[in-house]
Amino acid sequence: MPPAAQLIDATKKYGSVEALKGVTIDIELGDVVAMLGPNGAGKTTSISLLLGLRKPTSGKALLFGLKPDDLNARCRVGVMLQESGIPTVLKVRELVDLFRSYYPKPMARDRAIAMAGLEEKANAQVKELSGGQKQRLYFALAVCGDPDVLFLDEPTVGMDVEGRRSFIERIAEFIQMGRTVVLTTHYLEEADQLAKRVIVIDRGLVIADASPQEIKSRVAGKRVRFTSAALTEKDMEGLPVTTSTFVDHTVQLLTNQPEAVLRELFRRGVDMSDLEVSGADLEDAFISLTTHKATD
Amino acid sequence: MAVAAVRRAPLWPMLRLQTWAEFLKLWRVPAFTLTSLFLPVMFYAFIGVGQSSQRIFPNVTFGAYFLASMAVYSVANVMIFSFGISVATERGMKMDVLQRATPMPPLIYLLSKCITALFFAALTLAVLFPFAYVAGNVRLDPSAWVNLASRVLLGSIPFIALGFAIGYLSGPNSAIAVINLIYLPTAFASGLFFPKQLLPQFIQQIAPYLPLHFFGQLGWDAIGAPTDGSVATDWLYLAAYGVFFFAVALWAYRREESRKFT
Repeated sequence: MPPAAQLIDATKKYGSVEALKGVTIDIELGDVVAMLGPNGAGKTTSISLLLGLRKPTSGKALLFGLKPDDLNARCRVGVMLQESGIPTVLKVRELVDLFRSYYPKPMARDRAIAMAGLEEKANAQVKELSGGQKQRLYFALAVCGDPDVLFLDEPTVGMDVEGRRSFIERIAEFIQMGRTVVLTTHYLEEADQLAKRVIVIDRGLVIADASPQEIKSRVAGKRVRFTSAALTEKDMEGLPVTTSTFVDHTVQLLTNQPEAVLRELFRRGVDMSDLEVSGADLEDAFISLTTHKATD
Repeated sequence: MAVAAVRRAPLWPMLRLQTWAEFLKLWRVPAFTLTSLFLPVMFYAFIGVGQSSQRIFPNVTFGAYFLASMAVYSVANVMIFSFGISVATERGMKMDVLQRATPMPPLIYLLSKCITALFFAALTLAVLFPFAYVAGNVRLDPSAWVNLASRVLLGSIPFIALGFAIGYLSGPNSAIAVINLIYLPTAFASGLFFPKQLLPQFIQQIAPYLPLHFFGQLGWDAIGAPTDGSVATDWLYLAAYGVFFFAVALWAYRREESRKFT
């Protein structure tokens, strides 16, 4: 049986911009995959190729071994896109019924609405929904066809913490039904909570494809920042630092052992001010991952 | 093929639900519903009713003549507006993107919009005809009523293609302006509001080639008014316009596809 979704050495150019530079991904039935990467890394482009919304410049995209715009393939796929609209004057239940009619074996309307937690809004028009509720409606429309594979492009973008937490639970519920889920996100914890497999994409290339545990262990946990007039890269030699950047006199280090780094810097007599130690954000994590790759 | 058929959703219920959705999308927008249903009636009340019993031809009253004019006007209006604006708006809101990712065949979308537009056109006539009967005291043979309605509905199909073309060629904010700019002047120039003889000379020379002119002739002929040329010629020209508009619409649609989905 062919994989559920496949990119084979796919590239994508928008004019002169190379969004994907040769990506190969195999997603098997039952996989729960998070595509992780900073904005503009090529996640949405990858999803668009897999859904047939965009065509690869070179290479191939396949859904169940078929062309992604083949309706037989699309019958098995549910989609939640980042940028898409729905008619604002239609009611939630009307839209769910409409989308159910597109699929050969849809789930019951009430079940799809319940999976999205929209029971109380079933008779509301789209224009009466809040941002988060609208996002949940998109989820209902994505799952109502009872698809084998669910594609979610940045499903929790723009949600507050509570909204995100409950939304992740809804996705988890769908995963428990044994379905394949491919989601893109730039939240590391989201990938960690849901996925069994994380594909890190950066600047149009897959730079890591592993379990969340493995990815996390490769990501530097803390950021150390300070100002120092005389520090050079030479002073940093031998320190357990993933990456270091020097801008003017500001030094920024990414490390999993901030205490050891600082102890050693003090021992070497480095003069510093404005010292700051904080958790590395994902942007930093990607920097450390890319550097990691480059030095491999 | 048998396997493929089983794996796909049945098309008939899909078309039914899509058409219902398209209908609700228009029906719940009062600006559209009111203008398409009541604007023609209003024009008829202002222009047609006052002098409706005057005979402009030996056996045709102005009331009947203007009813045919407004039937043509309102039906073409519905076609161009419902298609033009809704397609442009849906493109603007990126509704087409999500729909593209579903297993709904694009033909279902197109068909559902056509059926909805025809239904709205019929609804417009259902308001206009009784009004003309009561307020304009228009009396026609039953066959003439039926002939007018069926000609007007059939003749409106080229304007579906025109609306579709405008919807794909213009932006969501400019669609209304573009439509008014094209539609209103040609409606005037084609003599739907007042006799062509009152128009400036150069417009009188263009008028006989406008699609609404041929459409209007079909309407006037249906109620027994004399027209230029034969009804067959009117149909032929209208069909030619239909093919042309459809070609433009298809070209615009493909252009959009190649921009957005490649």
